[in-house]
Amino acid sequence: MQVTSPVRPPLVTGGKTISDVTADICKQVEGKPSKMWIISFTLSVICLGYGSYCLWMTWWEGLGLWGLNKTIGWAWDITNFVWWVGIGHAGTLISAVLLLFRQKWRTSINRAAEAMTIFAVLCAASFILAHMGRPWMAYWALPLPNSFGSLWVNFNSPLVWDVFAISTYLTVSLVFWYVGLIPDFATIRERATGIRRVIYGALSFGWVGSAKHWSRYEAISLVLAGLSTPLVLSVHTIVSMDFATSVIPGWHTTIFPPYFVAGAIFSGFAMVLTLMLITRVVFKLQDYVTIEHIESMNKIIVLTGSIVGIAYITEFFIAWYSGAPYESYAFVNRMSGPYWWAYWSMMTCNVISPQLFWIRAVRRNIKITFVLSIVVNIGMWFERFVIIATSLHRDYLPSSWAMFYPTKYDVGDYLFSFGLFFTLFLLFAKYFPVINMAEVKSIIKSSSGKQEHKH
Amino acid sequence: MTEEKFIFSAAIKKKIFYTMGAGILLLVIGIFMAMNGGHHAGHEVAEHADTHGGPIWQLRIIKDLWLNNVFFSGIAIVGVFFVAFNYIAQAGWGVVVKRVAESFGYFIPVGGVVMILLFVVFNHDLFHWTHHNLYESGAEFDEILNGKKGFLNFPFFLIRMVIYFVLWYFIWKSIRTNSVAEDLNADLKYHNKSIFWSAIFLLVFGVTSSTSAWDWVMSIDPHFFSTMFGWYVLASWFVSGLAMITLVVVTLKENGYLSVVNSSHLHDLGKFMFAFSIFWSYIWFAQFLLIYYANIPEESIYFVERLKNDVYSPIFFMNLFINFAFPFLTLMAAEAKRQAIILKIVAIAILIGHWFDFYIMMTPPLLKQEGGLDVKILFIEAGITMIFGGIFFYMILNGLSKASLVPKNHPMLQESVHHSIYL
Repeated sequence: MQVTSPVRPPLVTGGKTISDVTADICKQVEGKPSKMWIISFTLSVICLGYGSYCLWMTWWEGLGLWGLNKTIGWAWDITNFVWWVGIGHAGTLISAVLLLFRQKWRTSINRAAEAMTIFAVLCAASFILAHMGRPWMAYWALPLPNSFGSLWVNFNSPLVWDVFAISTYLTVSLVFWYVGLIPDFATIRERATGIRRVIYGALSFGWVGSAKHWSRYEAISLVLAGLSTPLVLSVHTIVSMDFATSVIPGWHTTIFPPYFVAGAIFSGFAMVLTLMLITRVVFKLQDYVTIEHIESMNKIIVLTGSIVGIAYITEFFIAWYSGAPYESYAFVNRMSGPYWWAYWSMMTCNVISPQLFWIRAVRRNIKITFVLSIVVNIGMWFERFVIIATSLHRDYLPSSWAMFYPTKYDVGDYLFSFGLFFTLFLLFAKYFPVINMAEVKSIIKSSSGKQEHKH
Repeated sequence: MTEEKFIFSAAIKKKIFYTMGAGILLLVIGIFMAMNGGHHAGHEVAEHADTHGGPIWQLRIIKDLWLNNVFFSGIAIVGVFFVAFNYIAQAGWGVVVKRVAESFGYFIPVGGVVMILLFVVFNHDLFHWTHHNLYESGAEFDEILNGKKGFLNFPFFLIRMVIYFVLWYFIWKSIRTNSVAEDLNADLKYHNKSIFWSAIFLLVFGVTSSTSAWDWVMSIDPHFFSTMFGWYVLASWFVSGLAMITLVVVTLKENGYLSVVNSSHLHDLGKFMFAFSIFWSYIWFAQFLLIYYANIPEESIYFVERLKNDVYSPIFFMNLFINFAFPFLTLMAAEAKRQAIILKIVAIAILIGHWFDFYIMMTPPLLKQEGGLDVKILFIEAGITMIFGGIFFYMILNGLSKASLVPKNHPMLQESVHHSIYL
């Protein structure tokens, strides 16, 4: 017998039945695209188009189009890469880690969060390709036998570890996401006719929902969750090592791996909130993504934001404590040097403003949550920019100190990733079920408001 | 549900006193061995270590007192941490084991008093940075430590120590008071107050876990620094605390208590030990790899002392084996986590392993070449650990007997009683 404590608020409100779940979520897939959707999609495609032009020019003309100089050889490209990869982490955390922790509230948001993960990782990958300059040689990053003499990847380089970590992560996330979609595609197939029935039928891999199918579904979900959990930690750990293995003040600090992972989950949850707060209103899913879900996500934001805050303070303290003059300078320069505004934007957005979520009324306020979720993402972008640019721009030779100024192509390539992300997300939202119907149905009995009234 | 109370019987007390007595005996034998057997070159090395002329075995005892007090105080505070994060996460499964973790708080005052006494009396032996001549111009002047004196100085260090223990004790006391009051009066307000104090605790512990680790462990090696160190010590404390909770729960169950604890609860405790053994290994490896890779002398000296030194390298590798490989391989299978005997073996292994983790953190800077694995560990170290362990168990079992073993009015109790992870 499973018991649900009376102090637990319902996770599905409005007295939904199992058939309501199917109807409410399939409605969006089956209906005609709404006006809002068409407008958003058009804007995203325009953004993608302009971004594609800038990216094309970056490849055609070369990386000289970016604002890099001899001192700052890495700036927006790697900042954007780390930012997008970090955002991707929330999806896996929600679907895998929260599955292992048996958190029922994950069922309403895992589908969209996983989709976001995959798209965010693709956006991140676009910066890897962009900053290679010659993307047709991207396969050089792989340890393939070749006829170029001694050319081989440098296994000592964390950038190569990144290639393995991120490609494995993308593969496993994709499989996890797709496995979860199969029962829902079958549900849509059963309701569809004509060509749609053929397409969703093919996508559902002949799922009939037998007990054997469900047993396999649950087994594979657990196995994939077990695999994804160390994978998701490894990804941002290795991203942090891109910096932390180098002997550059401000980059080489041992706390980086867990601190980057916490920051990634922090920004990922903020992005999930931004997307879900819009989706739940546009698709009328307020009974599935309830204020309880929003509050739970806000709690994770205040937790991870505080972990990141402790890491900032630790770095700062140890920079002083170490007695290493270059290390101390790097941190003083971050705070009060020419990039002081970036540093204080980061501090305000990541550490100070999320502390508002300690207050219950703020956690449950949708407007404030929406604003703060965007604030967090701005802050996390600045975090990466601060770490990267401020550690580079004043090196050991004061005569070569420089500043970084983004060009139209830096901005354009960033816009490309936004265009790509939102185009893919909108296509997903329209043609795929945005909420995992099968899993939400599984918690209806224990966690819906309707059952609560019966007691 | 009928109220179940733990009876701290005379028989159990006798066992604890016998253990402590055996510990004292071992310690005395160890001291005689060290004094008379005259370990080679003991006095010569003692001059290099900061003993001020005292023999090395005295320093060894002081170090062991400090080590055990840091280790057991950490376990005690992790008990409170466990209760607090379960409240904040609204976790229902663990209600039936909550009182066990809660009882760990009874050791906090003991840990606090012993810690303050040890620091006040033995600060020159334990902490190189407390020597005044390091800050006065002369041969001993240390520019690096002079730069740190704003943080590493006697009064501020002592004030910090007092603040940590006072905060931990009072927040634990608030959680405990509400928890016990809830037993007498089924009012949700106690639950909500517990959540409030748990949030405060997490906030306080988030900061103090790192700062106390810098103070009590990292500053023994005052030139060394690593931003990861606070979380590294936290990970070690945390997994030791989880192992201690598991060990106490399993032992109580073996003795006929906690009949509501079923194999799913054990499974979850096993998962915790499994997951956080991996987490500790992750933190360990991340810190090691980055220091190894960058190879900055100020940092890599830490691993040179421990890894490239025949005295300590066996302990260094043993640490990794007991704390990573063993729990990882033993607890991998789901069925293993549901067997009380396996959990017991792994919990004991983790506790011994992490005791050695603290040993390898603290010993090299204090005992130099004299702290290796030799027969003295079986007497001096084992004896002092048995004395501390005896005090720890006396305090927590005495505390445990003061209230019902299961918080009978906890609003999530029924969830926990009917907990089954296969449903």
